[in-house]
Amino acid sequence: MRIMRGLSLRHLNKTETAGPGAVIPIARAVLVDMEPKVINQTLSKAAQSGRWKYGQHSSFCQKQGSGNNWAYGYSVHGPRHEESIRNLIQKEVEKCDSLSGFFIIMSMAGGTGSGLGAFVTQNLQDQYSNSLKMNQIIWPYGTGEVIVQNYNSVLTLSHLYRSSDALLVHENDAVHKICAKLMNIKQISFSDINQVLAHQLGSVFQPTYSAEGSFHYRRNPLGDLMENLVPHPEFKMLGVRNIPQMSENSLAYSTFTWAGLLKHLRQMLISNAKMEEGIDWQIRPPLPGLPNLSKMSLNKELHFNTSIANLLILRGKDVHSADLEGFKDPALYTSWLEPVNAFNVWRTQRAFSKYEKSAALVSNSQFLVKPLDMIVGKAWNMFASKAYVHQYTKFGIEEEDFLDSFALLEQVVASYCTL
Amino acid sequence: MTQSVIVQVGQCGNQIGCCFWDLALREHAAVNQAVLIDMEEGVVNEILQGPLRDVFDSKQLITDISGSGNNWAVGHKVFGSRYQEEILEKLRKSAEHCDCLQCFFVIHSMGGGTGSGLGTYLLKVLEDEFPEVYRFVTSVYPSGEDDVITSPYNSILAMKELNEHADCVLPIDNQSLFDIISKIDLVVNSGKLGTTIKPKSLVTSSAGTFKKWQEKPFDAMNNIVANLLLSLTSSARFEGSLNMDLNEISMNLVPFPQLHYLVSSLTPLYTLADVNVPPRRLDQMFSDAFSKDHQLIRADPKHSLYLACALMVRGNVQISDLRRNIERLKPSLQFVSWNQEGWKTSLCSVPPVGHSHSLLALANNTCVKPTFVELRERFLRLYKKKAHLHHYLQIEGMEESCFTEAESSLSALIREYNQLDATKSMPVEDLPRLSVAV
Repeated sequence: MRIMRGLSLRHLNKTETAGPGAVIPIARAVLVDMEPKVINQTLSKAAQSGRWKYGQHSSFCQKQGSGNNWAYGYSVHGPRHEESIRNLIQKEVEKCDSLSGFFIIMSMAGGTGSGLGAFVTQNLQDQYSNSLKMNQIIWPYGTGEVIVQNYNSVLTLSHLYRSSDALLVHENDAVHKICAKLMNIKQISFSDINQVLAHQLGSVFQPTYSAEGSFHYRRNPLGDLMENLVPHPEFKMLGVRNIPQMSENSLAYSTFTWAGLLKHLRQMLISNAKMEEGIDWQIRPPLPGLPNLSKMSLNKELHFNTSIANLLILRGKDVHSADLEGFKDPALYTSWLEPVNAFNVWRTQRAFSKYEKSAALVSNSQFLVKPLDMIVGKAWNMFASKAYVHQYTKFGIEEEDFLDSFALLEQVVASYCTL
Repeated sequence: MTQSVIVQVGQCGNQIGCCFWDLALREHAAVNQAVLIDMEEGVVNEILQGPLRDVFDSKQLITDISGSGNNWAVGHKVFGSRYQEEILEKLRKSAEHCDCLQCFFVIHSMGGGTGSGLGTYLLKVLEDEFPEVYRFVTSVYPSGEDDVITSPYNSILAMKELNEHADCVLPIDNQSLFDIISKIDLVVNSGKLGTTIKPKSLVTSSAGTFKKWQEKPFDAMNNIVANLLLSLTSSARFEGSLNMDLNEISMNLVPFPQLHYLVSSLTPLYTLADVNVPPRRLDQMFSDAFSKDHQLIRADPKHSLYLACALMVRGNVQISDLRRNIERLKPSLQFVSWNQEGWKTSLCSVPPVGHSHSLLALANNTCVKPTFVELRERFLRLYKKKAHLHHYLQIEGMEESCFTEAESSLSALIREYNQLDATKSMPVEDLPRLSVAV
């Protein structure tokens, strides 16, 4: 679990580029794990790059993990290490000129990221009630990581919904497909998956201009993002889509136009596709004036993905010439916000990664309803037979807590369904 | 890094434990913690004179002379109380040497007197003294042709203790181990074209040579179990992209406290000397893990019901290989309705010595039931005639109720498995969900 304050290079403690005798930038981050192997690997990998590193005393580690047990992470590790973790975070906060908020990276399937992550987020809400909190959560593969992953996910989501401001969700299955189909990787490893995730994060949080026509960089991307995308606390689930995404080899033979990129990205949003291959072009937004026949139903295959708000981030050549009308179409959105408020765009002429032109779309939409409904359904089936529940009650998470979590998430599913 | 303490009890336990340390030293230089217990001197003395004598501190041993006479009651009641303090002291010392003690591994057999009786007595002691430390038990169950007449008594009395005081039990039987080594032998000696086996890769061999196993079959068999234990702890000892600690095994594989018996299989049993290892070989490793010929106890998981399954992979295998194989094998396996995707997986980058990759599968599966049913039947046959009972009843603290309680404990366990099996052919339906006002 990692807590970071601002990801753009500007917010690193030292911003001189590395060269002989130059100071190496230190990430403004706190690393937490209940067992040491991964943190040690992470620290040394960063240091080996020679271009940046983590602070010497920025990590907190114990010797024994949480055993994939949310209850252990939340009720045992949480209180036990509350003070130490809080002190670490406090030290980092004190180094900031102006704290915009916290970005907490964690998975849902295990015990530490999920349980301790939820506990720490709650703590941050108490300690820093004026600061924003966004949790980046890793949605586990549908099958085969951790058997109790659905319980852990349900408990995590319900707790974060109460204490976090926004949840930026990355689905392992979707990222896996991107690696397979777009990046053409044959034997996909977690390292490949994490590269794609880092790319998605970078495409959102790398600097952009603060306003149309301005050449000053945005000072508070986290705050701006929340303001644009989370108008109502009942609707906190955000997702990211990128275009283009491809391997180095394919890139050499491709040229891009903003029109082409944005057309695909828009259809990806509407049809809830996670990547630019296999998009269903049949799905269309409802026609104005006519009743919305394809209102979200969990049983229908073909449905249109309604958005509450969208943020488009454009990077690269001729970025000011991109035509954005397609995203301003009121048919894409619910009726609460004026389209002019529901859609926002950030730009920079600086290209990102190896792409001459690239776009990222951060959406608050119905995209996560099906996966959420599936997790709740599976967890509910398991809960009905009481399987594994003794492992949680052993550490103070009672059946009541489970029921509360189920109720909260059913509410979230229902709310998103009726957009 | 977490540590485990190995407690080897009785003749069987100590012989297996010895193989384990031999193999462990080949993987690491570090010394782990062990306590060796036997009520006879023979086996422990042999260990102390053998190549592992420097691994064990004589202060870690507890021995007596006369043995338990294949009598659970002697092992449990007599030696239990006599040696409790001494055992506790040695365990505490071992625990103190550990940076972070996560697990006790108890290795023993069920059919004899010391391993069975004293070994299970220890479980209670461990539970009281170290309640937060997991207790993993490797139990060797008696085979069909077993030379100890009273083994059904010993086994059923031990079962009750395992039911109540173990976190996880890995049952093993000698017949299955023997069948596995016979199969290996067939390949080694068949002289088939192109089947040259890499010497160090035999799961049965510690010295890395083709031992004449017919003369010493137990050595080969014990090595298989030793390999199992090493693979269990590999994720805690080495790095990997998806680590799995021992506490995660218990969390994911034990849905209800009583159902903690895990059927294990190890593949591959050997590596062919081919330098090229095409993906088909990798997939074969996964398929073999589910075949009844590779299980370390007589059981057929494919035709019974899975409650949960763990796949612990070692070596150069990626998450996509693992997922592909799960998808491929899933259709031929039956999982209980509330755990249709009951897979727990781990990836450790360091393979065992002599292999490029290996797989340990742990199944919580109703296929373990026949072993228990047979155990109960053999017990009842003996008990009905009250044969040899006096050897037990004459021990202080032993009464007939000990036997009847043990039998009901086992029967209750069998009933649980029966109830689960009854759900096998039922269609899987989604339950009605909580309805909320919008």
